[in-house]
Amino acid sequence: MTAPEVVSEDPEDTPAVLADEVEHVRKTRPRTNEDDMTLVGSVLGGLATTWLLYERVLPFSGALGFFVSWYLVFLAFYAGLTAVNRPRAVVVDRVMTSLVIAAPSVVGLALASTVVVTLSHGLPALLHVNFYTHDMSGVRPSDPYTTGGALAALVGTLIEVSIAVAIALPLGVITAIYMSEVGGRGARLVRTIIESMTALPSIVAGLFIYSVFIAHFHMPRCGFAAALALAVMGLPIMARASDVVLRVIPGGLREASYALGAGKFQTVWHVVLPTARPGLATALILGIARMVGETSPLLLTSGASSFLNWNPLHNPMNSLPLYIFNAVKSGVPRNEVRGYAAAVVLLLIVLALFLLARLVARGRNRG
Amino acid sequence: MAGSSSLPTRTSLRVVDEVEDVPRRVVARQSTQDLAFTHGVRSVGFLTLVIVSSIGIFLGVQAKPTLQHYGWSFFTEYRWLPNLDTIGIAAAFVGTVEVAIVALAIAFPLSLLSALFVSDWAPAWMRPLLIRLIDLMAAVPGIVFGLWVLLFIQPQATHVAHWLSEYFGWIPLFKVHTDVHYPIWDQAPGFASYEGSAFIAGIAVSMMIFPMATSVMREVFSEAPAGEKEAALALGATRWAMVRTVVLPFGRSGIVGGTMLALGRALGETISVLLIISEAFKIKWNILESGTATISEVIASKYNEATPAQLSALLTAGFVLFLMTLAVNTVAASIVARSRSGAGTEL
Repeated sequence: MTAPEVVSEDPEDTPAVLADEVEHVRKTRPRTNEDDMTLVGSVLGGLATTWLLYERVLPFSGALGFFVSWYLVFLAFYAGLTAVNRPRAVVVDRVMTSLVIAAPSVVGLALASTVVVTLSHGLPALLHVNFYTHDMSGVRPSDPYTTGGALAALVGTLIEVSIAVAIALPLGVITAIYMSEVGGRGARLVRTIIESMTALPSIVAGLFIYSVFIAHFHMPRCGFAAALALAVMGLPIMARASDVVLRVIPGGLREASYALGAGKFQTVWHVVLPTARPGLATALILGIARMVGETSPLLLTSGASSFLNWNPLHNPMNSLPLYIFNAVKSGVPRNEVRGYAAAVVLLLIVLALFLLARLVARGRNRG
Repeated sequence: MAGSSSLPTRTSLRVVDEVEDVPRRVVARQSTQDLAFTHGVRSVGFLTLVIVSSIGIFLGVQAKPTLQHYGWSFFTEYRWLPNLDTIGIAAAFVGTVEVAIVALAIAFPLSLLSALFVSDWAPAWMRPLLIRLIDLMAAVPGIVFGLWVLLFIQPQATHVAHWLSEYFGWIPLFKVHTDVHYPIWDQAPGFASYEGSAFIAGIAVSMMIFPMATSVMREVFSEAPAGEKEAALALGATRWAMVRTVVLPFGRSGIVGGTMLALGRALGETISVLLIISEAFKIKWNILESGTATISEVIASKYNEATPAQLSALLTAGFVLFLMTLAVNTVAASIVARSRSGAGTEL
């Protein structure tokens, strides 16, 4: 059907006439009003029923149980109401959809509450500048927040992770280049061993360094030992992550490079690595983020100190995860708060690394 | 993929002419630069191999004297009494498995449903956001989840534990050896029975392994063939029916593999467990009751006062733990690899 031709002297009223005649596109929606009402009705009905039964009739109490019961009653109502005039397939679909939406919501709530709980408990200590500029030397655990801080731990974490990265990153990336670019039987062997060693629990890596360097060679507990433990733990992870990134570089790019007369080194250096750079950077930064938060190898190797120590080879060196652990284990409420504050700092470092990784990865989309 | 294989090694061109054309021999010889590169990279690769495998060999060598000294009792003895020369990992082994299974029981349904949500339910704009959030969650240090459980979840979880033991205490798994009907159970002295149990430690570990399991499952789900999904929808399937008939069968290996990878991680998790549980060397099947031990936690708590002989025992325990995670991971990796093509992308 076409709109009737409108002949009008006055051009201004034409649109108005047309608007009456022109067909409107009906807005389609996957859901009907009935669907929405069923959902809302089930939620409200579930709430009311749960309140009546849970709070008034049955001998239960507790907020957690209330929400769980509400959800279960809601599911039952939703299924029942749908079953009134819908086939069984739709009932199953709606129940499963409710479950599929509930699961990530629960995890999201858990994650959010993790951040909120940590932040709110660490806040009293976080608000004092000295928390970032002082160490704990000469400070008793119960001293007020205006004294002492996590500077030693922060510096220790940065030094230890830097040394560990300086060892593990080049080794890991070059090993990955060997595995994916050079190839051969040896490379397959290396890949198999590396993949199996990614299963190494971090505590075992720490115990290895502890028994070889500290118990056997009588090296003192120091930041360097901790860095070695982190490096040993991180090396397979980094090699594996880089290998995965290099393997998905299209083979056609390499062949094009060879066809232009480039050698193997030139191909790797000028074609493969630049192509893989954003992905490689992302994978490596995420590996570093995992190293930053690792606690158990440090527990065995670095020793905890309360004073600021810039030298990784002498004297114990504290680190953020260790600081948190000791503070929470100390049992002194004020020190526990310091531990939570340090956890916030640790989370911020991880978040910063993560954002850096996203930033680097975004370069790939633009390029 | 080796580049040299793609270079032509022999010209098969024949020119019909008066002069008989002898094919020129083409030798693919690596330049000095390439030789140096190949050898340099190979030696670094083998250096990494040596470093990494030395750990495994060292652990294995260290395990020998311990196993000679304690024999099979190292695996069957549950007490840890170094002064009496009675050391065994039976309790820690059972505890490790319990914590890991609790963590899996919590994380598996959440991971599966979340992975499905991301791959098939979430609107397109939300998907990258969720994927990033899961990656970020994987980077959250374990100790932070430990703190969260200690402070925020444990008070709630003890209620759940009490409720379960009160109504389902007849199942041995949920039994708590205390008066569960005691009216003021949430105060001393009975309350301590519910704290620091394998169940509560498992909650912390489940948060650690959730992102790993979810991202493996999601990756496999997102590779489900779009044509078959659309065909299912075109035949009138609901979304769940489509997922059940196309995505889940396609992603089965991802589900199993992702779960096992997560299990491997759960077995080795140390710090949050150390923070939460109250250590007890007892073989205990009641997961809700206070007091358990895991292998990694025992290493972290006992290394400090260990004599060389005990250190060797701890290393043996570490070796056992490593073998467990290695077995689980190897099986998982082979299952996940089977679901993917494995070959590199071609242009």
